[in-house]
This record gives sequence, C-alpha cells and structure tokens, in this order.
Amino acid sequence: MNPVSVRALLVRGMLAGLGAGILALVVAYLLGEPHVDAAIAFEETHSHDHGPEVVSRTLQSTAGLATGVLVYGVALGGIAALAFCVALGRIGRFGARATAALVSAGALVSVYMVPFLKYPANPPSVGEPDTIGKRTTLYFLMIALSVLLSVAAVVLGRRLAPRLGNWYAAVAASAAFVVAVGLAYAFLPAINEVPPDFPAVVLWRFRLAALAVQCTLWAGFGLLFGYLAERLLLPRAASERQTEAVARTAAAS
Amino acid sequence: MAQSAAPASISSAAPAVAPISLKAIAPWAVFFGILMLILLYFVGAEQGATSLLSGENVHEWVHDGRHLLGFPCH
Repeated sequence: MNPVSVRALLVRGMLAGLGAGILALVVAYLLGEPHVDAAIAFEETHSHDHGPEVVSRTLQSTAGLATGVLVYGVALGGIAALAFCVALGRIGRFGARATAALVSAGALVSVYMVPFLKYPANPPSVGEPDTIGKRTTLYFLMIALSVLLSVAAVVLGRRLAPRLGNWYAAVAASAAFVVAVGLAYAFLPAINEVPPDFPAVVLWRFRLAALAVQCTLWAGFGLLFGYLAERLLLPRAASERQTEAVARTAAAS
Repeated sequence: MAQSAAPASISSAAPAVAPISLKAIAPWAVFFGILMLILLYFVGAEQGATSLLSGENVHEWVHDGRHLLGFPCH
C-alpha cells in the first residue's frame, strides 16, 4: 500500500482546482459574458416584469462570476483529488500524471459532457421559471447517473482486462457505457424551453462558451494536479524536497 | 526541458504505482466529499429549486456563474 498522505493530495487537488478555476474564469469572462449580456438584452425587450435589481450586472459579471467559478473549481478539485486517490494504482499501470489526466478526462465526460448533451447549459431567458424544480432535479439526476455509469464502466473494464486484454476491455467497457447513457437519454424526459424568437446564434455560442469553460477547467486541473501529485509521489523529488527542508531548517536555526 | 524528460523515462521503467489503502481514503472522502458537495449546492442550486436561506442574494450573486457552469437557473 502507498503511504502517501491523502490529506496532502486533497490539499493539492483543491489548489489545482483553484488554479484551473482562475483559467476557467478568464475563459468564462471573455467568451461567455458577451452572450450572457446579449441574452439579458433579449430578456429585457420581451420582458415579463423583473423586480428590482438585487446585484448589479457589473458585480454579477465580475465578482459574482469569480465566486461561482472559483468555488466550483476548488470543490470539484477536492472531489477529483479523492477520486485520484482511489484510482491511483487501481486502473492500470499509470503513473501519477497519467492517472491525473485520466481522472480529469473522466470527470469532464461524466460530470459535464454527458449531462450537457441531454440538458445543455442555457443563457438567461431560456427556461420557464415555473419548471426550475423539475429542471434542477433532472440535471442532478443525470449527473449522478452519468458518474455512477462511468465508475461502473471502469470496474467492468478492469474485470474484463484479464480475459480480453487491456485494449479490448477498454473498448467493451466504453461501448457498454455509451449504450447505458443512450438508454438514459431515451428514457429521461426532454426539456425544450427556448423562446420561439430567441436568437439561435446567441444560444449556440453561449453553449460553446459553457463547454469551453469546462474544457479549460478540467485540462487545467489535470495538468496542474498531475504535476503536484507527481512531485509528491516521486521518491526522487521527495528526497530533494527533504534535503531542501533540512537546509531551510538549518538556515533558520 | 531536460528536467521533465528525465522523470518520464524513469517512471516508464519503474514498477506500477502502489494503490493507497481505501481505509486511509475513507474518512477524508466522507468529510471532504460532503463538504465539497455542499459548496457545489450553494453555487449550483441554492435559492433556485430549493432555498435554505431566504431571499435571492445567493442566487443573484452567483447568477452568471450558474448559467455558464451549466446549472439550471430560474
């Protein structure tokens, strides 16, 4: 068993999540905000009565956006680090960086892409306020289902590996995952609440921007966390750090 | 970049990384897993479908993040 501290990996995961969150925030601000503004402009010309503004648009698009994206990054970074702890040494002969990259790619697909293909991100003014409960339930259900199915696919792949070999076991497990996700798509109710005259270009670009935010977040997390975990796990790097620490305490005393 | 090339060649020759025991992971996974999920709930769903706090301040503050991160929002 690996004696590396789970706490140290968890802290690094949250830090990597914060770093990746900053990158994702830049993408969200530059690519996403123009379309949020365009959608709000549409909402105002077709407005149902909209009450007083609680938080100004300037704050929403800067500090508010930053709070949302950074907290999301730290929280998912922590969860992904815990998933990494379980995956390390259990999903095949992968080192720390490759495991981090695979966990990140798996998280992007299972936490975001698969739910997104059924219930995509929507800009303001798309979606009836009355159905928020149903839409939220279905979205979280889809995420839970997708994560469970992807974990099941990994377990299945590992079980099949001795019989089929790694390559065909991975192909078979992926195919089983795709079929199961397809069944979920077919049986879960569809939601289409785009107003008839909502500009298609704004909707399409908003959704692409939302996808870009997630791709940035998970690519950034995979690379940053992989780097930090490799340094923590590689004995050579660790002994180097120890000598550094000894030198530092010697210098301090 | 010679520095990054060296560990790569070592790790490809090295034996597989040993797994971390599940017993060591479990307490962290339970406490921090739940804590992280609570954070995600506040970013993604509070004062939308369900409200633990009254008012609309949380919802309005994270409004743009909620839309761009793909959560259903009003």
